This record gives sequence, structure tokens and C-alpha cells, in this order.
Amino acid sequence: MGRLTWAAFGAATLPFYSATAQASSINTSSGWNMPAGVTEISREVFGLHMTIFWICVAIAVVVFGVMFYSLIAYRKSKGASAAHFHENTVVEIIWTAVPMVILVLMAVPATATLKKMYDTSQADIDILVTGYQWRWGYEYLESDVEFFSNLATPREQIDGSQAKGDNYLVEVDEAMVVPTGQKIRLLLTANDVIHSWWVPDLAVKKDAIPGFVNETWFEVDEPGVYRGQCAELCGSGHAMMPIEVRAVTPEDYAVWLDSKRDAAAAEAAGAGREWSMDELMERGEATYATYCAACHQPDGKGVPPAFPALAGEGISVDPDALSDHKQIVLYGKKGTPMAAFGENLSPTEIAAVITYERNAWGNETGDLVQPAEIQAMLESQ
Amino acid sequence: MASDTSQATVQASTSAVAQGNGAHVSHGPTGILRWVVTTNHKEIGSLYLLFSLAMLFVGGSMALVIRTELFQPGLQFIQPEFFNQMTTMHGLIMVFGAIMPAFVGLANWMIPMQIGAPDMALPRLNNFSFWLLPVAFGILLSTLFMEGGGPNFGWTFYAPLSTTYAPPSTSFFIMSIHLAGISSILGAINIIATIFNLRTPGMRLMDMSLFVWTWLITAFLLIAVMPVLAGVVTMMLMDINFGTSFFNAAGGGDPVLFQHLFWFFGHPEVYIMILPAFGIVSLIVPTFARKRLFGYASMVYATAAIALLSFLVWAHHMFTVGIPLVGELFFMYSTMLIAVPTGVKIFNWIATLFRGSISFEVPMLFALGFIVMFTIGGLSGVMLAIVPADFQYHDTYFVVAHFHYVLVPGALFAIMAAAYYWMPKWTGYYASETLGKWHFWLSVIGVNLTFFPMHFSGLAGMPRRIPDYALQFADFNMLSSIGGFLFGFSQLIFVWVLIKAIRGSGEKAHAHAWEGADGLEWTVPSPAPLHTFDTPPPFDPLTESPSRH
Repeated sequence: MGRLTWAAFGAATLPFYSATAQASSINTSSGWNMPAGVTEISREVFGLHMTIFWICVAIAVVVFGVMFYSLIAYRKSKGASAAHFHENTVVEIIWTAVPMVILVLMAVPATATLKKMYDTSQADIDILVTGYQWRWGYEYLESDVEFFSNLATPREQIDGSQAKGDNYLVEVDEAMVVPTGQKIRLLLTANDVIHSWWVPDLAVKKDAIPGFVNETWFEVDEPGVYRGQCAELCGSGHAMMPIEVRAVTPEDYAVWLDSKRDAAAAEAAGAGREWSMDELMERGEATYATYCAACHQPDGKGVPPAFPALAGEGISVDPDALSDHKQIVLYGKKGTPMAAFGENLSPTEIAAVITYERNAWGNETGDLVQPAEIQAMLESQ
Repeated sequence: MASDTSQATVQASTSAVAQGNGAHVSHGPTGILRWVVTTNHKEIGSLYLLFSLAMLFVGGSMALVIRTELFQPGLQFIQPEFFNQMTTMHGLIMVFGAIMPAFVGLANWMIPMQIGAPDMALPRLNNFSFWLLPVAFGILLSTLFMEGGGPNFGWTFYAPLSTTYAPPSTSFFIMSIHLAGISSILGAINIIATIFNLRTPGMRLMDMSLFVWTWLITAFLLIAVMPVLAGVVTMMLMDINFGTSFFNAAGGGDPVLFQHLFWFFGHPEVYIMILPAFGIVSLIVPTFARKRLFGYASMVYATAAIALLSFLVWAHHMFTVGIPLVGELFFMYSTMLIAVPTGVKIFNWIATLFRGSISFEVPMLFALGFIVMFTIGGLSGVMLAIVPADFQYHDTYFVVAHFHYVLVPGALFAIMAAAYYWMPKWTGYYASETLGKWHFWLSVIGVNLTFFPMHFSGLAGMPRRIPDYALQFADFNMLSSIGGFLFGFSQLIFVWVLIKAIRGSGEKAHAHAWEGADGLEWTVPSPAPLHTFDTPPPFDPLTESPSRH
């Protein structure tokens, strides 16, 4: 019996000290319970959760109370002899009707909250969220800003050769930035398999499905960083596509938008000049680590047959396959998890990563791809 | 069964209770081949039960691989790719290889004996249904050794992860699902044919034991939904190998269609795994409370109501896929409604206990454990039905906790209760009470230590099916892993208990092995002879029916 009650008591009162890490919660949760979150909706959902929880506890107390009373009071070893009653219409009607009433009482507030959660109208900002294996892409539809958001936790922390940070596996290189006090509408889709965008503090979980565009919304009151994860199994990197939402004041948001546009302009300008091998290799290594290493592995050996090796074999060492190599990185490979990076990476990054792949790990083909070539390929399309 | 031998029995004994005797010398093959060609319901029942026990340990070992990796944050033992194969295979093996065949094994053994039938209606089909299973699971397990590994897309195998993005072994996985599905359908047909045609004269449907009733309804569920599963995996096969686009959005297909089809099978499947458990508990509780079941008729109606509702709730597994508001509301209300007949069942068991004369033999302990922990799983199920809250619970460890409470201390405990309850009838010897109690209490501690902390990690934000996790989930995962090992190794005690009973060490059982038990199976000797009820036993509804007044 008391299990549920005890749990709730613990959740409400006892701080829980972690043995292996500081109990730094990655959301507003106590570490035991659902986070109340930082939006009006999330607090309503939390309230609903607690209400139903306590109703369930009450039911459990009554049901298990009668059960354990019977087990103790009517033991054969204490000389209990069995009564002979069975079937009682009044009792049976009561224990059918009472649960019905309780269920209706639960359904009423749940319906009201759900209606609010489904009202995506009159949003201030629209962000297209695209799930990839294994990263999120964010496109601010009104502001001409788009970028990928990748796991920022270093591999050394995952394999244990380095101490794990506070935000282990729930930190990204570029967070989704939103202004406080504005209604943000998310449009969700996916590029390959089904993903699910979940931030507990916002009480938002919505599937990102290839071929569909789902909608959801949130409005944050307080500036802060709110973390979450992909919630739908999406392959071997499923645990490694976290979400980070940074809520900032509208003024800071405007500054951030400008900085993103400036950075994009600088990146585009860079594509026009001649790049040296060292520059490309350096940039390529960083790009590879962020976008390619999850599948093709940091050592380029891949995980065949799903993710082919790039080191010492295949198109990256074949002198005749340079143009195939460019095609695949730019436009992806149909029917495989290989995404079309031409849509989201800059020509410089693409040129750098191809150069890196053709010269790293002893590949040493000497091939050097200039950003301008990639720029030209994209423009000719 | 040959007619000359049954005539011999009739001549040898005028007792309506046919006893296995010299007239029943088997002329079939001996040794291994005897088990391969057997058409006897008891032997096939034993094969099913032993197969499911073996699968319980195979699937359980995979769970322990998972719990080993999750013992601490970080990747220590296995890589994510293999982790995903383990979660997938664990689910598939436990659902299709352990729980379902165990119930079919119990049905094979007990349904003919409870309705006074000499065997199943279609004995050769019965043999075929069983032998499909080792083939199906041989194929499924062999995929682990293929290039690219075995299925790695979860036991729910959502497309397109299971089609376009699946490993090359997926067609073998589809083949094994087909074989297991055919086995289930044939088994279900056999059970329905047996119950409808072979009841002893005088036994009406409302005179059958609740185990027979719940299995009858389960069999109809199987026939209704296994073809849907067969259809959906065939569509996958076409998408993978023949260029169709049922679930491929790029070709005009619909990944969400997969989920609708899967869960139209999958939700009734959940009840396939629990209704026979309700039947078992409904026999064991009255036996050890020495009091009739409080409401036999309402139990039958509640089972039927649950089965019908199971066809109307599938999309509650899909609240986050973006179903329109009206759809969400419909599936929320219909799901909540299931709590009513389920509550009726729990209240009935408790009303049966009330003012009984209760003793706590091992089968009763497992049945009581079932009632308590299944109810915990049922209550978290009500919470999951509330859509706005489900957005937070969905695909987290809260869900993992919920369905493991329903399936492990739910379905599995009921199977264990049944094994301890009928072991005297099967082997002629009682299971060891001492070892049985160790088995029960260690299982209770292990199961709660494993699964209760998962409620907390899930609520605090840990998604399911991840090989590595944020640091704040470390403590709960460590507890779950310790509990998992305790639970897993405790099941070895059961093997010991079983071997002891089969080898005939322990207390010999009478025909009527439990003082408070009701039913025709207790009128035949213990152990039950190979052939029982060559002639239909007499049955008087006025004194023997569980629905008598």
C-alpha cells in the first residue's frame, strides 16, 4: 500500500542528495517529481498531475486499506471461518458509479488545459524545428536566421576519460534563443526518422515526423536556460540530441538576432576568398567532429554497414570520386541517414569538411576543395 | 486418441473420472521425437511452459545487459547500437516469447481439464502452433549475429526507423513475427474450438471457470488483432524490399499510419497479456480465502467490457503525434473508461477476501502480490490517460515503470501463481513452500527496487530507450540496476523449485490438492495421467457451477 503515499511525501519534503553528482537538477524538478516549469501551461499541467496523483493515492489507500484489513483480520491461522455471501447489486452499482464520477472530475480540468495547449493561434514568433539524426535544426521564419543545435558534451566525458560536467548530455553548441513574454509557435518536422521535441520546463513534447508539420507553442515568463531531450527513439544517437532553450529579454533577443545575421554574413563573405590547406583542415576537423563523427566516428572508421568508413577506403580516398563526394555531402544519400548538408552548412564548412575527410586519418589524397567551388555548385542548382 | 483405447478405459472403469492406466500405453515414438510429434495437450502445454521459461531467462539476460550499462552515467560496457538491439530484443522476447506462450501453455494444460474435455479440439494443429515458436525465435535471435546486428528500433518498431533506416536483418525479424503470429492465431482458434465444442454435458458458458472465460475472450482478441500485426509487418517488408512507400513520406506514404496500425494491434495485445492473469487470480483468491468469488457474472462482463474497450483506445499511445483535439479527447475519455471494469475486478477480489478464511500458501502470495502491484500499475495508467499530463509522461521512464508494473508483478506474477497452484496437479508434488516463499519475497523486493524508482526518474525528465543519461538520474538508475539483478537471479529459485517437484522430492499431492479449490481439474489424480476424461465427467450446474446461487 503506502508506497505511493510515501513517494509523494518524499517528493514533497525530502531533499535527495546524489551520491555521484551534485543534485543540480537539469530542470525545475525536485529530482523526484515532474517540474512545475516556467510557463502558465506547465504550471497548469503540474497542478493537474498532482491532483490526479493525490486522487490515485486516495484510491490506493482505500483499496489497499480494505485489502490489508481483510488479510489481517480474516486469517485462517487466527481461526477465521469464511462467510458465504456473494453478489450484491447495490455494492456493485456503487463501485461502478463512484469511479465514473471520479473520472469525470478528472476529465473536466484535463479537457480545459488541453484546449489551451492546442491553441497555437496568434503567435508572435514562428520557429521551424527539424529533427535530424542526431541534432536539431532551428529556422526563425520571420527573421531569416537558421542554424543547427548539436550536442556539446565532449566524447571524453561520455567514455569516462574526463570528468562529467554538470550539464552532461543536456548541453548544446547553439541554443534556441527566445524572448520572454512572447508566444512562440513551433512548427515541427523531421528529415529522416521520427524525433520528439521535449522540454519538461515548458511542458512541451511534440513529435517531429518526416512528411508532417506539427504545431505547438509556449510562452516563457522568466529569462533562463531550459533543457530537454529528444523523446522518440531515433537510432543510435537518440540519447545525444539534447535541447536547450535560452529565454532572454526582448532587447537581448533583438541583439542576438543581429549577431546571428552578422555571423551569417561574415561566413558568406569568407566563401569568396582563397583558403589554405591548413585553414581548411582546421575548420574541417571542427565541422567533422560536430556533424559527422556521431555516425562516421572520430577515427573515420564508421559503423558498417549502416555508416560506411571514410578512413582508408571508399569515396574519400578514391581520386575519381571527388565529385561524388561533394554531391553526397551537399545533397545527402537517399534511403540512408546521410542528410543533405548543403541546406544547412555554409559553403566554407562543406568545403572544409570534404578537404578534411580526404586528407585526415592517413587518407592524404592532397585534394583541396575551395569554398568558392561549393558556392558555384549550389548556385548552379 | 484411438477409439479402442478409450473403449478399454470405459470398460476398465465406470468412474466418470478417467484415469491414466495400462490401457493408455503410448505407441508413438520415444525420446526426443516423442516431444516433437506429440499431440497431447499436457505434453504440448509443458513444451509451451518450458519454452517460455527459457525465453524468460534469455529476455531477462538482455534486461540485465541494459541495467549493467545504465548502472552509471557514461558508456562503460556496450555501445548505443548494441544497447538499442538489447532493448528491442528484450521487449520482443518477453512479450511474444515469454508471457504469451506461458499463458498458452497454461491454457493447454488446464482448459481441457477444467471443462472436462479429453484434449484440445485440434491436437495436430496444437503441435504445429507450438513448434512454430522455436523456429520464430531461432530466427529472431539469429539476427543478432548478422551483419548490421538485430532489430534496433524498439519493440514497437516505428517506421521509418524500422524500414528505410533499419539494419539488413529486418526482413528476418518480419519473418519471425509472422511465424509467432501464425502460432498465436492457430492456438487461439484451437482454444475457441475446444471451449465451444468439448465442454462436458451440462456445463454452460456461465458455468465455466474464470480462467476458461478470460482465455476465451483473449482468444477472440488474438484472432482479431494478430492479422493486423501481420498486415503491418508485411507493409514494412514491401517498403524495405519492393519499393512501396506505405510508411515513407518521401514516396507519399505516412509514418503515422504505421503507429495507428501497430497500436490497433498493440493495445488489445496488452490485454491479451493480462486477461488470462485475471482468470488465474480469480481462481486462486477464492481457493485460499475459502470463499466463493464475490461476483462471478460481473467478472465475466467486466472482462468482456475491457476486451471491447481495448479496440477503442489505441491512440492513447500516440498523444504526442499531433492528433486533432477532438481525437485526443475521444481517446482520453475512452481510456479513462477502462478504469471502471478494471476497478470492478479489483473490488471483486477484495470483496472475496473480506470475511474469508485466508491462508498464505505460495500461489496465494503471488496472487496477492499481483493485486497490489497490478493496481499500482493501473493507477499510473489512469494518470497516463490524462492527455496534458501525458505530454510530460510520454516516452519517459514513468511509462517504463507503468507497463513493467502491469507486466512483471502483473502478468508474470500471475503466471508464477498459476505454476505454484497447479504444480501439484502437473507433477504430483507440491512446490517447496520454503523455496517458494524465498522466491516470492525476493521477487517482490527486486521488482519494486527495479521499477519503483523509474517513476521518479521518468517524472524528473529521463526519456526511455537511452543508453546514457544526465547526472541527476544516476541514483535512481543505480537502484534500478541493483533491483534488476536481485529480481533476475531470484528467478533461478523457481527453476530449482520446478526441478525438485518434477523429480518428485517434496510433499506428495492428493487429487484435490488445495482444500478450498473448485473445479474439475481437482477430480483427476495428481499427477494428472496423460489422458484424462476419456468419457465426459458428470457436471451438475446446481452444485458445481461457479455462478450457482
